[in-house]
Amino acid sequence: MLAAAQKDEKKDQALKNHVGHPQTGRDCPFTLLNSPISHTQYPYVTGTSVLGIKYKDGVLLASDMGGSYGSTLRYKSVQRLKPIGKHTLLGAGGEISDFQEIVRYLDELILYDNMWDDGNSLGPKEVHNYLNRLMYNRRNKFNPLWNTLVLGGVKNGQKYLGTVNMIGVHYEENHVATGFGNHLARPIFRDEWHEDMTFEEGVKLLEKCMLVLLYRDRSAVNKLQIAKITEEGATISEPYAIKTHWELEAFKNPATGAVGSW
Amino acid sequence: MFRNQYDTDVTTWSPAGRLFQVEYAMEAVKQGSAAVGLRSKTHVVLVCVGKANSEFSSHQKKIFKVDDHIGVAIAGLTADGRVLSLHMRSECIHYKFLYDSPLPVGRLVVQLADKAQVCTQRSWTRPYGVGLLVAGLDETGPHLYQNCPSGNYFEYQAFAIGARSQAAKTYLERKFETFPECSRNELIRHGIISVKEALAEGKLNGSNCNVAVVGIGEAFNTLDSKTVQQIIDSLEDRADEPPVDVAPVEGEQGAVQDDTDQAAAPMET
Repeated sequence: MLAAAQKDEKKDQALKNHVGHPQTGRDCPFTLLNSPISHTQYPYVTGTSVLGIKYKDGVLLASDMGGSYGSTLRYKSVQRLKPIGKHTLLGAGGEISDFQEIVRYLDELILYDNMWDDGNSLGPKEVHNYLNRLMYNRRNKFNPLWNTLVLGGVKNGQKYLGTVNMIGVHYEENHVATGFGNHLARPIFRDEWHEDMTFEEGVKLLEKCMLVLLYRDRSAVNKLQIAKITEEGATISEPYAIKTHWELEAFKNPATGAVGSW
Repeated sequence: MFRNQYDTDVTTWSPAGRLFQVEYAMEAVKQGSAAVGLRSKTHVVLVCVGKANSEFSSHQKKIFKVDDHIGVAIAGLTADGRVLSLHMRSECIHYKFLYDSPLPVGRLVVQLADKAQVCTQRSWTRPYGVGLLVAGLDETGPHLYQNCPSGNYFEYQAFAIGARSQAAKTYLERKFETFPECSRNELIRHGIISVKEALAEGKLNGSNCNVAVVGIGEAFNTLDSKTVQQIIDSLEDRADEPPVDVAPVEGEQGAVQDDTDQAAAPMET
């Protein structure tokens, strides 16, 4: 009797296309019931480097506006720097949709924080720690948010700059970079960054690094934004391009020496 | 209060718009021994009288450290107080884990009040029978709150709850305007004096009087009984008026003083 009832149940299940997964309880196609749960993703639309430095009045972040689809520079107006609340700026490299999701989480966090309306507010340190918890927990579930994040802010005169990535590695520093910026920009930061740079000096340093990235990072586009956060608040510049130079001797008369043998 | 037909459960309103069970719960608070809290611009002090069951037993623990920056004094059903303290500790540590930052007192107090409110609207849980004085420090400075079984919370400059708290409050009312400018030690003395007023019988001494402080630059800690005894003794050496002079016992953050009650209180809890 019991065996027959169980057989019926299996048949019922087979008739439905989607059933509850025995392990997660979530919706699952019947045909995948016996396959292992696997979430590891691949990024689809990605942003490249983000740079961040502390300066006299606060923190400066820089990124370009490119969203690559594999090797195609598909989207050229993706804003990868976003303000979070009054005290923080967030920049992201990696999967753009995951970044949008993170911004949604943080906006909700800041909303509830504001709703307390009690004179207390979450500063950059708190947001950074929250993000770290988020990223690390996702990583532990083998379903990461495929991003490297740069978080900068000022609260009560204290400047803060930190980074978190998709596996939950996080730290604070005076200058940070993601992606290619780690290899191309940070050596320049190490040589040229110093405490209490002025805004102009900071922008110049960032533009210098963005130029190197533009030349050498194939996923960089020449449309960038610089964001600044100070005690007064956050501002993100309008997009602009930087001048590149191609007048190298070696580039002139490219056909010279192109003698063919057949 | 007299028994009436509307006081059987908390989900029954009286025709006058009262919830008697909640009010009875607040009576339980009034049965507990006195707890006093007072605050200055830099510190908050909690002082309590701990009853002892008998000569052989220890004195009631009425002050709980919730986090480095928050502590609570209870009056009423001690068991309820303990459970709520545990809950508060859990909330604080959870916030710390998420944000690497201390939970603002005001938010903890509201969460606690909301928790108490739930019990005033269910027929299967009774209201908590404990009143809490929550002392804490946050971004906006030192704060003192009172939490009631009714789910209400209030912020105070100084307050007293429990048995004969009115006597303590009378003293506080006389002096509270001076509290914002008081030093840490002056504040402690005011607290002990006001709690003395609430003592019915027996003498205040280092064992039955619990004192705890939290302030800017000072984590929440309970003073040890020896220190408390010394302060109590020094009070008896002079009139009820806290001295305005800078006698060594009451010393500020000075360097050379043999003021032992000024010594940094050990981190007891």
